[in-house]
Amino acid sequence: MSAYQRLKASFFSPSTRQKLLAFGSLVGLMIFFSMASPSFMQADNMVGILQATAVNGVLAIASTFVIITGGIDLSVGTLMTFCAVMAGVFLTYWGLPFYVGVAAAIFFGAFSGFVSGVLIAKLKIPPFIATLGMMLLLKGLSLVISGTKPIYFNDTPEFPSISQDSLIGYFLPDLPIPNAVLILFVVAVLSSLVLNKTVLGSYTFALGSNEEAVRLSGVNVDRWKIIIYSLGGAICGIAGLLIASRLNSAQPALGQGYELDAIAAVVIGGTSLSGGAGTILGTIIGAFIMSVLTNGLRIMSVAQEWQTVVTGVIIILAVYADILRKRK
Amino acid sequence: MNSKRKLVSMAIGLALSAGLAGPGYAAEETYIPLISKGFQHQFWQAVKAGAEQAGKDYKVKVTFEGPETEAMVDKQIDMLSAALAKKPKAIGFAALDSKAAIPLLKKAQAAKIPVVAFDSGVDSDIPVTTATTDNLAAAGLAADKMAELIGKAGEVAVVVHDQTSRTGIDRRDGFLNRMKSTYPNIKVVSVQYGGGDQLKSTEITKSILQANPNIKGIFGGNEGSAIGVLNGAKEMKRKIVIIGYDSGKQQKAAIADGSMAGAITQNPVGIGYKTVEAAVKALKGEKLPKIIDTGFFWYDKTNIKDPKIAAVLYD
Repeated sequence: MSAYQRLKASFFSPSTRQKLLAFGSLVGLMIFFSMASPSFMQADNMVGILQATAVNGVLAIASTFVIITGGIDLSVGTLMTFCAVMAGVFLTYWGLPFYVGVAAAIFFGAFSGFVSGVLIAKLKIPPFIATLGMMLLLKGLSLVISGTKPIYFNDTPEFPSISQDSLIGYFLPDLPIPNAVLILFVVAVLSSLVLNKTVLGSYTFALGSNEEAVRLSGVNVDRWKIIIYSLGGAICGIAGLLIASRLNSAQPALGQGYELDAIAAVVIGGTSLSGGAGTILGTIIGAFIMSVLTNGLRIMSVAQEWQTVVTGVIIILAVYADILRKRK
Repeated sequence: MNSKRKLVSMAIGLALSAGLAGPGYAAEETYIPLISKGFQHQFWQAVKAGAEQAGKDYKVKVTFEGPETEAMVDKQIDMLSAALAKKPKAIGFAALDSKAAIPLLKKAQAAKIPVVAFDSGVDSDIPVTTATTDNLAAAGLAADKMAELIGKAGEVAVVVHDQTSRTGIDRRDGFLNRMKSTYPNIKVVSVQYGGGDQLKSTEITKSILQANPNIKGIFGGNEGSAIGVLNGAKEMKRKIVIIGYDSGKQQKAAIADGSMAGAITQNPVGIGYKTVEAAVKALKGEKLPKIIDTGFFWYDKTNIKDPKIAAVLYD
């Protein structure tokens, strides 16, 4: 097959079509909102949307890995908070250097993911219940460790720059895209490489398609599962850094409910909840659909109760469109 | 394939126009968004009603938004960011975490958009004024009423929503300080936090009653806490003096039938109204006081039907 034919084949593959469908919805929404309100298509507001997508986008990437294996991780939201609190403990309580706090957040994320993975793979607790337990456990721990008060990063002046400064704006002053967005895209590209180019990625898909077959072929399924949940956890640690840096504080009471936004983004992006199929690009598009929708309805000054109704309808429509496509 | 190409090129065009279109749009009518700490509770709906009334009276466009729970600091920041993108003339803001909102508030300041803080306010010197209830004084009044009703002696307890928010701290301290300074024979045996959750506050109340058989009264520091105290006492079949805070259908009914002695009401309609009014005044360049007290009232069976009180109560 020539390179062109391969390109053509991949262009017509169902997963590409799904991405185009999702991307088309995103573009459609943006056109609609630009026509509905002149305030929407403004540089400031676009930066606002990008900024608002960063945290949910990273959480959704973490969820994508787990969902492709046919599992689910309900703890991503409170794990994010837990990692933010741990960064606060290392930086503000103990006064350790900046990079130690960053490493701590990612380490505790990976460690919690590891615990979830062990609960699921070794103790055979269903993912829904294991991660529900972890969700509550981590929420509680965040409140206990922080003494139920926000931890501020006033002594670490570098910390807010993770999210709020703009490296791109430094080189291109006309594009003041905050670093949080840059980090989201870096995480997305790396995750996409892991998912598509590594053994870990192949096993992620294989576990979701037919776990038993993988087991029978002599693969240590438990070990790979634990690795995937740990990777998801580490990515949640990055989300924790992003949100803490944006708010310049670790907010211990926040986080519950964020897992549902992440799962919605994953599903809108065409990843199947039954596992075995999905893409990072789709998830990113899904996350953008969610935040463009939220922002656009706000800009249009739609009453808040109706914003929620519309968001629910769009999620159902997006998933239904996916089902229709698969039936064809 | 063609249509897909079209889509892609459209997207690119869109992205380009997004980059090129600079700020140039300005609304004709005066637009004032209010970003609150919540919106589902009846209290916030009453604030919203007041703000909308002021919008009508002063002929300005008002919108009202707030996150689903008071924990969602980042969602509130996104709301503030979207509100600023609409190029408003002024903004009303009740911060969940003042420090997290500083970068955006500075942006508002740089764009010469006056910020009016309301309810729990904003911990910064950027707002031109703050429209709020004096919670310390209001909880002090609750303590006076409690003392009067239990004969200035005996054991009482407090159930508040939390120990982190300004309103939680002020209502707790307002009550405790007054008891300590004025009523030496009253002992506060327990202070508990129920997150403003009715069920949690019910359980807390039951355990307080269980542990303190001689307790004479409990003060519930907000709507959810007060209802929780009421339910807890009912389930334990204990006759105590219950004093609540804010209103709502259940609390009003309990006061009307005497199972609750009375409650403090803020003036949520007034908070909303005064916030918009202050924003309009700020736009006219009028000088504003640092704090606009929006007032509070004691209400019980005797005055619940009084038109002046009924106007600030909500269902």
